[in-house]
Amino acid sequence: MDRNRIDIDGAKDYQRLVQQLAPKPNVARLTARAFLVGGTICFLGQFVFDWFRFRQPTEGEAIAATLATMILLGVVLTAFGIYDDIGQLGGMGAAVPITGFANAMASAAMDFRREGFVLGMAAKMFIIAGPVIVFGILAGILTGLLAWLAKAGP
Amino acid sequence: MDAVTVQRLGQYTVQLSRPPRITAAFTLMGPREGAGPLGPYFDAIVEDYMWGEVSAERAERKYMEQAARRALAAAGLTEGDVDCFIAGDLLNQIVSSTFSARSLGIPYVGVFAACATSALGLALAAMLVDGGFARRALVATASHYQSVERQYRYPVELNIQRKDTNQYTATGGAAAVVAPPEEGTGPRITRVTLGRVVDWGVTDANDMGSAMAPAACDTLLRHFQDTNTTPGDYDLILTGDLAKVGSKVFRALVDRAGVTLGGKHMDGGASMYGDAEWPAAGASGSVCSMAVLLGYVYKEMAQGRFRRVLALPTGCLHSPTTWQQGDSCPGISHAIVLETD
Amino acid sequence: MIYFWAFVVGGLICAAAELVMIRFPRLTPGHLLVGLTVTGAVLNGFGWYDALIKFAGAGALIPVSGFGASITRGVLQETQKLGWEGLFTGTLEFVGLGIAAGVLFATLAALVAVPRG
Repeated sequence: MDRNRIDIDGAKDYQRLVQQLAPKPNVARLTARAFLVGGTICFLGQFVFDWFRFRQPTEGEAIAATLATMILLGVVLTAFGIYDDIGQLGGMGAAVPITGFANAMASAAMDFRREGFVLGMAAKMFIIAGPVIVFGILAGILTGLLAWLAKAGP
Repeated sequence: MDAVTVQRLGQYTVQLSRPPRITAAFTLMGPREGAGPLGPYFDAIVEDYMWGEVSAERAERKYMEQAARRALAAAGLTEGDVDCFIAGDLLNQIVSSTFSARSLGIPYVGVFAACATSALGLALAAMLVDGGFARRALVATASHYQSVERQYRYPVELNIQRKDTNQYTATGGAAAVVAPPEEGTGPRITRVTLGRVVDWGVTDANDMGSAMAPAACDTLLRHFQDTNTTPGDYDLILTGDLAKVGSKVFRALVDRAGVTLGGKHMDGGASMYGDAEWPAAGASGSVCSMAVLLGYVYKEMAQGRFRRVLALPTGCLHSPTTWQQGDSCPGISHAIVLETD
Repeated sequence: MIYFWAFVVGGLICAAAELVMIRFPRLTPGHLLVGLTVTGAVLNGFGWYDALIKFAGAGALIPVSGFGASITRGVLQETQKLGWEGLFTGTLEFVGLGIAAGVLFATLAALVAVPRG
């Protein structure tokens, strides 16, 4: 007990002890919940998608209308303080759909509004959504570049 | 000139010569804490946990300031009667303490030991009073679920799934008046063992209990060695905020060191919300150990159920920045001994 | 039938993300969302993700991987029209709407609602 700094063996040994004693996550239950919650949100999205498909001229516009509607749904559920409970229930099943993306933006905007609209709400709105956009754009450009080069190449 | 009397035991422990008393205490907690099994021990419960304030930060300082004022009132004192206000909380630059000190107008010592602030504050107060550097001292801590969540983790309404090891920051404020032994009949702070920063490489910030357990064990064993005592000499060994997972690890570590705690061990974080499956492993926050100490332990000592209590609140000293940079979570635990006459 | 596949495929993507989360406790949901977005973007370099959208509808469209796939789809479409400039103009072609809607609705939410916790 006479060490107060990490020595590597000690740290590894300790991590083994913690792993033995800490409750094991119930993998089956957590995964099943994520599946059900995520699946239900997508099922709902399909319903919205079909509704717009018969009312919009092109499929592209139907997709756009669907995404906007789902984002609105995510924000409304966040504003009423319901979406974090869905997150507690479904884990990644609530985070992965576009409603979770909307929740990330809205929850940050609501939370940091007290630090002002410019430095608070606007600046912090993208703390979780920002990385998704940044890496999405980087990956899109890189993939597009490779595909373009492959086509233009000899 | 006389030589300075050394008031120490062994290498690490302070033995107070005229142990000061906690002459008054006040615990002011949020609704969720009030609904828990320790609820009846708290002095007041605020039903609206934002307490009518527009921000959680303002609410947190209101909890602290009100707890401090009511502790003073309970002791029958005014701000002018105490020489020192020792306080700490979890927010950046310990703003809740600073802003409370601003309105109280008492000379202020701001301390940071995360969730172990309770013991650090009481220990410093006892030493100042015993040494004659202050006639009386006022000690306070506070924490608020929303403000701490915002600073350490995520926006409150984000879709985050709590793990079984996660702890839920308790909302409330708690304060105590520490005064010389002639005043009142409260429990006396007889010994202090200050903590060392102990880090065994836990990098999972969702498992603070396991990060802090080695610190609690380290301080406990040093205290036993210095004071030549065993768990049998105490009626209760109270750790703070290790919660359910950390307590298990703590008991295993103490067991490995060859010390048997028997049924003496209790953890503040694990007791705050009872056995409900959620919130996860239990409570944390700088008010948690203070509230258990000044609510449950203080009142049970007044009833005579405990005569000698060893309190070991623990704190996790990481910041979100160091954690994101890949550093592990250092822990600390300060020990104080409370005794009735 | 599309409803069944939307449920199953959407659920499977979420369940896979949950499994990775459980396996690697140091990852945050942010890491997982970024990983899924990049996966969707890369898969759509071959047009595979759009094929999945055809098959599972909203089941592939609604998860955040569909967001990444839409970025690549825009880039591919614009590079065909414009050449290299399309690499930049195409990125927000299809997802600009999502970001704009998010910004507008989130701002409105911040104006009317407070966090409860």
